[in-house]
Amino acid sequence: MQNFEAQFDELKSQVEALNKKTAENKLSMIVFSGDLDKVLAAFVIATGAVAMGMEVVMFFTFWGTPVLRDKNKSVGGKDMMGKMFGAMLPAGTGDVKLSNMNMGGMGTAMMKSLMKKKNVASLEEMLALAEELEVRIYVCEMSMDLMGFKREEFIEYQHMGFAGVATFLQEAQASKIQLFI
Amino acid sequence: MSDDVQVTKVLDLKGLACPMPVVKVSKGIKEVEVGQIIEAQTTDPGSMTDFPAWATTSGNEIVKTEQEDKLIKFYIKRLV
Repeated sequence: MQNFEAQFDELKSQVEALNKKTAENKLSMIVFSGDLDKVLAAFVIATGAVAMGMEVVMFFTFWGTPVLRDKNKSVGGKDMMGKMFGAMLPAGTGDVKLSNMNMGGMGTAMMKSLMKKKNVASLEEMLALAEELEVRIYVCEMSMDLMGFKREEFIEYQHMGFAGVATFLQEAQASKIQLFI
Repeated sequence: MSDDVQVTKVLDLKGLACPMPVVKVSKGIKEVEVGQIIEAQTTDPGSMTDFPAWATTSGNEIVKTEQEDKLIKFYIKRLV
């Protein structure tokens, strides 16, 4: 009988451990790209997933990081490399270019006007929609450090945090879908 | 409007492109009670496959679909 109880306890703890590992109805996405088309695709999937009843977490890293900067904010105290990255990388959604057919900015401008004409939501609108739908966003601390970005120069977004790879992996492990864009 | 379906709310999603029809219908369905039916009107051809996918995943039911030229009407019953 004692043996039976021990087996029961062991089973119980195994079930609890399994429950912890079971994927939730969640989508974890890495936004590595800083291209307009790819970031737009990321937001279309993110907002679509919320509509499908999923919880969504986006991690902006590397070239994706400057997309979330606020062009109206500037911070001092950067070193030379930080200043250089700050000047050369996009300052927010308005600055990002197409990955293809950019043609010195002409292609991107044409695409934006076409999107307006065809009633496709702009990146700015998608970002606002994501905030409304409570899509959580994390910005990669390592990328920020590397490129000399400071928290103060990022946009106001209600569900934004700053984190590292372990946070992403914890979310990803508990997600049904993981994407890298 | 349809004769045999009692519609509680009409959602005008005409002219909207992906992902907006699905995003808006997921919000719109929450504005009626469980068991009630909404009529969602779209002109996005993608919604012809997207709406059934959304309904299945979100646990709601498309009771009827009508198409007149580019206009598609989905009659969706809120189940959850």
